[in-house]
Amino acid sequence: MRIMAQVCMVMNLDKCIGCHTCSVTCKQTWTNRPGTEYVYFNNVETKPGLGYPARYEDQEQWKGGWTLDKKGRLKLKAGSRLKKLASIFYNPDLPGIEDYHEPFSYDYAHLITAPAGTKAPSVSTRSALTGREMNPTWGANWEDDLAGAPARALQDPNIVALPENAAEKVKLDFESVFMFYLPRICEHCLNPSCVASCPSGAMYKREEDGIVLVDQDRCRGWRFCVSGCPYKKVYFNHRTGKAEKCTFCFPRIEAGLPTICSETCVGRLRYLGLVLYDADKVLAAAATTDAADLYQAQLGVFLDPDDPAVAAEAERQGIPHDWLAAARRSPTYALIARHKVALPLHPEYRTMPMVWYIPPLSPVADVTTAAGYDDADADSVFAAIDALRIPVEYLANLFTAGEVGPVRMALRRLAMVRAVMRAHQLGTHPAIDLAEVGLTEDDAEDLFRLLAIARYEDRYVVPPAHAEDAGRLLAQHDLSGCSLDTEGGPGMGGEGPATADVTGFHLRHDGSSDASVAGRDGHGRLHLRVAEHPSPGPLGPAGAGGTR
Amino acid sequence: MSGITGFQLWWWVILPYLALATFVIGHIWRYRYDQFGWTSRSTELQEKKLLKWGSPIFHYGTFAAISGHIIGILIPERWTAAIGIPETAYRWFSAGAGTLAAVLIIIGVAILAGRRLFVARVRATTSPVDWLALILLAIVIVMGIAETIGVGLLGHGYNYRQSVALWFRGLFAGSPDVRAIAHAPFLYQLHATAAWAVIAVWPFSRLVHAWSAPVWYLWRPFVVYRSRRATRPNEPGTSGRRWRRIGVHY
Repeated sequence: MRIMAQVCMVMNLDKCIGCHTCSVTCKQTWTNRPGTEYVYFNNVETKPGLGYPARYEDQEQWKGGWTLDKKGRLKLKAGSRLKKLASIFYNPDLPGIEDYHEPFSYDYAHLITAPAGTKAPSVSTRSALTGREMNPTWGANWEDDLAGAPARALQDPNIVALPENAAEKVKLDFESVFMFYLPRICEHCLNPSCVASCPSGAMYKREEDGIVLVDQDRCRGWRFCVSGCPYKKVYFNHRTGKAEKCTFCFPRIEAGLPTICSETCVGRLRYLGLVLYDADKVLAAAATTDAADLYQAQLGVFLDPDDPAVAAEAERQGIPHDWLAAARRSPTYALIARHKVALPLHPEYRTMPMVWYIPPLSPVADVTTAAGYDDADADSVFAAIDALRIPVEYLANLFTAGEVGPVRMALRRLAMVRAVMRAHQLGTHPAIDLAEVGLTEDDAEDLFRLLAIARYEDRYVVPPAHAEDAGRLLAQHDLSGCSLDTEGGPGMGGEGPATADVTGFHLRHDGSSDASVAGRDGHGRLHLRVAEHPSPGPLGPAGAGGTR
Repeated sequence: MSGITGFQLWWWVILPYLALATFVIGHIWRYRYDQFGWTSRSTELQEKKLLKWGSPIFHYGTFAAISGHIIGILIPERWTAAIGIPETAYRWFSAGAGTLAAVLIIIGVAILAGRRLFVARVRATTSPVDWLALILLAIVIVMGIAETIGVGLLGHGYNYRQSVALWFRGLFAGSPDVRAIAHAPFLYQLHATAAWAVIAVWPFSRLVHAWSAPVWYLWRPFVVYRSRRATRPNEPGTSGRRWRRIGVHY
């Protein structure tokens, strides 16, 4: 047993309102640079829809992820290593810029420089690749809120893969259409096919927290990671000629802070926490013969941090004590493994993804209410789950490789928790049997605490990286150099201002933090006080809004 | 080494050594200080349809041409003679296999050059030093094709193994035969000169990607893990080029 810790995320799709705040803050933080205009480490897709890049989920076209060879062993879907090297001059599986969108800006100067005339000047789109005028025809949010869905949404690979009788249930006319949002970041997989595809060995998974990164200094731009990732979450920077990807905001994670997409999530639907897993079991689980069993196989890889044997072995293998404590409090482990309401995205790619999703129940509740049922009545909700506007089969194609059982069970559990907690609040005593969905009273209250109350400190349990390792950790990722040290930048010539690293950065209990940073020359101390208030929410300080 | 003019000494001995020194020192400097800029600089994202044919044909053709140069320039004629290959047989092999490589390269270069010149998205990614390297490379290639097809296959042939090759190998032995190259046909002189220029520009251009051929990929484990290892900090004052300055054209 080789125990490893993984920082992982769960998103509660019930709560996503598709506001794109996560995408915006992520973009401002990481990809607001020339060369990454089209790059979204975090994006929000409307489902059903083609996604970004278009139809990325169709691995028969893009050949991302893993598959099994005739003997049942794992192999990259794109082919052998030799085949990759032979096709290094032209990667047949690489999406073109048209599959994302040609990046563009507007010719704003024209507003000022236009000659005097009778018509108001207007700006035209200019390609960021060529500087020429262009006409956008597709983009990251092109199909936001089902725009253009009647024409294109049926090409959604998850609909194409539906059996015929379920596909008939997918309606795109206005009265009976369904949709939900799917925010996506890098999955930071346990068995990452992008890392396995990188010929240079520039991509790596961090042993301490499982974050998958690209070493910008070792990347040679062979671009097989882009095609190797089935989620298409590694991008090619068209200016630097290097691959870039979602970093899981590692500088924040190391400081014990949530990622920027989580921090700014308006719906408070993201959860961050540790999951312990047995690294020796990963390959066998990823090689599970029947794709429909992959969800269960991945659950089998996770280790229960409350199991004394696991805890003892983890400490023996060098996992810090406070990390174990954090693993026990982890909201993601609870939602994934204890309550089994969160599901992986496309486990059939065999990469063992680590960003999981709680399937959306709200449309069910809408249906039952519209039909005149009481959505507290678990039976009517259960019946509605199968008559759902989002066919359960569609959700199953997203989350469980077509296996309907786990999706249905997760939705039933969510419905049951709603019914139980509503009865508690109203003081009624309906005949509700939690055991029907395999929950206990404690489970229901824990789910209520996590999903409905969803306090900041319950959603994000991120243990800081160990300060004694901080200097070495900093050296591991070169990106932390001063951004002003560019050619001709203000930092050139000198040693630049001191880089704030995690050495002196600690969150205080009141949520603020102190960082004392010494300049590299040993002089010039700089004192930072960073306010990082865990939002008390509109109902006053945390605790007042809780029910218990 | 009597009968050598100062110009010949300069052109056929000093300049090649300067180019060689630039090549070696330039690569060491670039490798140490510009890992971030060291890339194949692929433009497949911008344009795929032409690259699909042009790039593999050009690269595989180039491999054939490089092999040909190793056989023709680095291996002395007396070695091939010693194993019983007469000059005429070598020449026909050289012309035949060389022409095959040349045809591949012609097709590849035509596609790639057309793409770089006329596809705006690709042209925009080309830096000045890359233009220089690519133009020099084009001269080398055109001259090389003229020698292989024009002289070797269709003309009367020219035994460069007794002139150009002697001079070239001599450079590495410390005793270059200047007269051998000085009396070679102009075509071969131009080919050799442009080649040295390419060598000198090489470390500063995108051509460095040739040294990063990831053969190691065949043997390494699929998933790479990294832990917190101690590494040396940046040397003072060498923060290196990281990002292109915002707003600067390519």
